[in-house]
Amino acid sequence: MAIAKKASPIPSASPATNGQGAAPPELGKAVELAAYRQMLLIRRFEEKAGQMYGMGLIGGFCHLYIGQEAVVVGMQMTLKEGDQIITGYRDHGHMLSCGMDPKGVMAELTGRRGGYSKGKGGSMHMFSVEKGFFGGHGIVGAQVSLGTGLAFANHYRGNDNVSLTYFGDGAANQGQVYESFNMAALWKLPVVYLIENNRYAMGTSVNRASAQTDFSKRGLSFNIPGDQVDGMDVRAVKAAGDKAVEWCRSGKGPYILEMMTYRYRGHSMSDPAKYRTREEVEKVRTERDPIEQVRARVIANKWASEDELKKVDAEVRAIVNEAAEFSTNDPEPDVSELYTDIVR
Amino acid sequence: MIEAIRDAMDVMMARDGDVVVFGEDVGFFGGVFRATQGLQAKYGKTRCFDAPISELGIVGAAVGMAAYGLKPCIEIQFADYMYPAYDQIVSEAARLRYRSNGQFTCPMVIRMPAGGGIFGGQTHSQSPEALFTHVCGLKTVVPSNPVDAKGLLIAAIEDPDPVIFLEPKRIYNGPFDGHHDRPVVPWSKHELGEVPDGHYAVPLGKAAVRRTGADVTVLAYGTMVHVALAAAEETGVDAEVIDLRTLVPLDLDAITASVGKTGRCVIVHEATQTSGFGAELSALVQETCFYHLEAPVARVTGWDTPYPHAQEWDYFPGPARVGRALLETMEQ
Repeated sequence: MAIAKKASPIPSASPATNGQGAAPPELGKAVELAAYRQMLLIRRFEEKAGQMYGMGLIGGFCHLYIGQEAVVVGMQMTLKEGDQIITGYRDHGHMLSCGMDPKGVMAELTGRRGGYSKGKGGSMHMFSVEKGFFGGHGIVGAQVSLGTGLAFANHYRGNDNVSLTYFGDGAANQGQVYESFNMAALWKLPVVYLIENNRYAMGTSVNRASAQTDFSKRGLSFNIPGDQVDGMDVRAVKAAGDKAVEWCRSGKGPYILEMMTYRYRGHSMSDPAKYRTREEVEKVRTERDPIEQVRARVIANKWASEDELKKVDAEVRAIVNEAAEFSTNDPEPDVSELYTDIVR
Repeated sequence: MIEAIRDAMDVMMARDGDVVVFGEDVGFFGGVFRATQGLQAKYGKTRCFDAPISELGIVGAAVGMAAYGLKPCIEIQFADYMYPAYDQIVSEAARLRYRSNGQFTCPMVIRMPAGGGIFGGQTHSQSPEALFTHVCGLKTVVPSNPVDAKGLLIAAIEDPDPVIFLEPKRIYNGPFDGHHDRPVVPWSKHELGEVPDGHYAVPLGKAAVRRTGADVTVLAYGTMVHVALAAAEETGVDAEVIDLRTLVPLDLDAITASVGKTGRCVIVHEATQTSGFGAELSALVQETCFYHLEAPVARVTGWDTPYPHAQEWDYFPGPARVGRALLETMEQ
């Protein structure tokens, strides 16, 4: 068997990849500044989580979202009250963007009772009814079927809410993804399938695992429309997200968005990342960083000064430090919790 | 133990051109725990390669390959990822021989890292052996040390039927007796860490006595063998610790010989208790050794809960719990 090994392409800088065929519409001062703050919060949180892992405060598995921040932050702007979000195991960014408390998220990472799952779930397994966040799922691709079910519930209730179902390029090869696509299209369910294509399923690049590497086309045989989106540009994410979410809200059925993105860190904390070059990572970091893009526009448009942005950074760091402190000092769950929440 | 497992695949790939190794991240990356590192470089991409994240597809393809005479030795990255593939394992792999009147067989091995002790939480820590032992047509192996791991994996690859090979990931790098607060001891300091070169097989269905004793028989496998040994030393109970090595086929003769001698039996496993493999062992001991028993058969297992993230060591049946069971069994 010949398995071709091609160089892994980095996310395209072309504005044509936003699915609109043109440069994404500007978001303006208020939205860009809000996006900047949110993305920075995710990045600083993840950097801190990485440090705390190194210090032994977080054990087991920990998958950082650094580099992909524009995806969740842009998509969050397209949602309204009652919409649902569900994702896989690289979930910290999704939780922070939908407004979950950084203290509760970090305390779950450290396995403390103040964590969203009382410390019993860990990094990959957290939920928030209040924020419409349906998890954090450790089994690759399993959440895609659940997200389809959430969309069915919307359909059944007759509301116009949308299920935002995130998964990665790796999960996109699971069989149940296609069973879900078929049902969602068959029953016209309001679900946006959001494929975060960060180019690597753990250590396996898309070229080595996928016969069709254009994931936006994965729904074609079910007549599900799909767009490839520059997932490093929050404007492009927002524009494509608005279009897809509106499609779903108006009862036309599911939509696929392939977010071309990139993770800077390894798959998890034990990944030496030998499957790609340092130069490849550096190139994306310097040329395509989602936060730097916003920052450059903010400065160029004089929406904020360097000092004001530094102040944002300081505020974000304070939030993250508070979360770190809480999650370090909060006690572990009582042993009586071992048997709670199994069945009633 | 990782090196021993890799060595077994290396030996078999060199000896038999029909042995093919694949799975998620198995080729270029060398496996999440590096069990297949270097095999692609040595044997090429047609014999050791990456599969997409498609457990059902991986197992299904392997069944087809095996039916046509290849000997796939595939990796499911974590045993917890096996469930999508369970249909293929149960309905196809395990039943092909029976269904085809013996015309087609399924000589394949499914390797899976299993068990906890690494803070994996509920989706990276499970011990699903009972889900396999319950399925006729499958053989289920759980090694407890490098020497066995290599020999058992070679035997599994050479076996004419599908073999589930569960690798307790907590003991990949050294024996673990449950004292998680103590430094990790490497396999190089353990007598069963010295793995012989070349080809050798440890037969499926033969248990090993790891400690001879007169008072109580402990039945264990995988990581729990080391926990049981520690519990025996720490309590001073003269326990005979039997390492089952394979659950199906089971070495019932070794069990009855030991319990017939000691008259007491404690069963230890990390998986949850209800309908766990310990229930089968307990029933067999009762059926075959009833008139020798001087105390009820005891089980020390994981609690009937999902594997918790924060409370790993409350869940894990460590030497304190096993030791308590030994003492209680002796008092009866």
